[in-house]
Amino acid sequence: MAERRVLTEHLRTPNAYQLDTWQANGGYSSLPTLFARQPAEWVEEVKTSGLVGRGGAGFPTGTKWSFLAKGTGHPTYLVVNADESEPGTCHDRQLLTHLPHLMIEGIICACWAIEAHHAFIYIRGEYAYAAERLEAAIAEAHAAGLLGQTVDGHDFPLRITVHRGAGAYICGEETALLSSLEGDRGQPRMKPPFPAVAGLYGAPTIVNNAQTICSIPFIVRNGGEWFAGINLEPESKSPGPRIVSVSGHVERPGLYELENGTPFREIIYDICGGIPNGRDLKAVIPGGSSMPMLPKDVILECTTSFESIREHGSHAGSGAIIVMDDTTHIPTASWRIAKFYAHESCGKCTPCREGNPWSVKILERMLSGKGDARDLRMLDDICDSMERNSFCALGIAAAWALAGGLRHFRHEFAALIDNPGDVPGYPSPPTYTYIR
Amino acid sequence: MLSPAAREQILALCDRYPEGKRKSAVMDALFIAQGEQGYLSPETFREIAELLHLAPVHVAAVATFYTMYEKEPVGKHIIDICCNISCLLRGSSEIIAHLEQRLGITRGETTPDGLITVREAECIGACSQAPAGQVNYRFFEHLTIEKVDEILDQLQAGKALVSPEEVTHG
Repeated sequence: MAERRVLTEHLRTPNAYQLDTWQANGGYSSLPTLFARQPAEWVEEVKTSGLVGRGGAGFPTGTKWSFLAKGTGHPTYLVVNADESEPGTCHDRQLLTHLPHLMIEGIICACWAIEAHHAFIYIRGEYAYAAERLEAAIAEAHAAGLLGQTVDGHDFPLRITVHRGAGAYICGEETALLSSLEGDRGQPRMKPPFPAVAGLYGAPTIVNNAQTICSIPFIVRNGGEWFAGINLEPESKSPGPRIVSVSGHVERPGLYELENGTPFREIIYDICGGIPNGRDLKAVIPGGSSMPMLPKDVILECTTSFESIREHGSHAGSGAIIVMDDTTHIPTASWRIAKFYAHESCGKCTPCREGNPWSVKILERMLSGKGDARDLRMLDDICDSMERNSFCALGIAAAWALAGGLRHFRHEFAALIDNPGDVPGYPSPPTYTYIR
Repeated sequence: MLSPAAREQILALCDRYPEGKRKSAVMDALFIAQGEQGYLSPETFREIAELLHLAPVHVAAVATFYTMYEKEPVGKHIIDICCNISCLLRGSSEIIAHLEQRLGITRGETTPDGLITVREAECIGACSQAPAGQVNYRFFEHLTIEKVDEILDQLQAGKALVSPEEVTHG
């Protein structure tokens, strides 16, 4: 089996969110090893581990750390991106709720390596209970001398601020997140400068995904080589255990921590128990709703490595695997996803602000039997324009999501125009926004 | 007017951020005000602006950007049903339709007695436990018509709801 529980080993251990239980299960055991070596050595160790960011872009973490501007006269900040909002993705919430001390341990390790003394956890507003758990864990850590003026007896002052978002998908984009953290509307900023040069409050800042940070203590405890070895495809550059959220039409949806390179066939049919009700697999979105969906015959050739999914025309993204069976009407699914991006576009740039609502409008026209022969080409044009011209990745993601459906299931979209009365009733749409 | 306790809480937020960066406290300040008043009004924007040394228009600009800030009165309890892709595939349409039918309102509306608001939510991060929703921002997962009825019965009887996320593990 390719399941490998590292980060999730104690996810179901009762009371693991409390300090004493966490410590009794090996929690904070990375700290003596951590402080025994210099910060720069840990940046190298994380490079050796091959850890790539778990948020979606997959940038090598150690390399990102090495880009930090030095001698700027500003403090250095660590910002943890826990604004998990990519549809299909739901593992960070479990980590934060049930293992908040793992997050704190990861922050201590990362802050030592990048020489930061103030870390921020940007947690999405809807995760109100997880935020409470985090605050309580931080208070426990302070009381136990694991945070504050010294960390575990070392002369290394460190504080953590939990900052709650308030419902905006765009804040998962790192520069929009920084805008939001500074108390502004969460709109993205021009890059460069990248956050490592001028980020939070204009200071050098590392923004890392929550799961990325939670991976660090295990690299400290076991070494970079160990982490790099958790890889079924030795040539793949996305090693290590990774948590995926499986949702949709499988017998056992859930969170699974997998070795890099686990075949999708194994995930869907063995680990998740196959497709319910004797149905057949139709398509899978491999990395959160932004990533192009792949039809059955393509996805079953893929593994979870970044390289494998990319070769087959999609991306590993956030690690959210959305499985659709053969009853799924792809235009309806695409419409629902498009509606999400239309709702979440921040309004900063025209291609995304206008393109998303227009694609929803056209899809609704088609789904209600009023489609036009020009509609398919218009959707292609909108995707092309959003992908080429959007200011940040949100518009690009929206374009990829829709284009994936149009590429692989074009006949289903065309059928809505050729036989306008014949719109399948499943999944039954919640509500049309533009056409009533 | 915000209570003295709320004003104090808002001022205390500033300590969470580096010196001189009190603008960062605006988001939590809005949550505190909303917790006390139910929703946010231009008067509240002015009060928060004064406390944090910001322009009232800036506070309003922030409040109108994020969906969790209520700019109009809402029900005492807010039920958000996720209708995004993973929940849609697992039957969220039937769940929200049942809520609408039983309460006699359409999504986005509040019951005439002001008790319950029902809304269609975007992905809330419970995709593997779909269909899912939140009641007052606490998670309720693997929803069924029966579970929804139970939740409504509790709320209508004025009983406290305990979310499974507070008692289960993983």
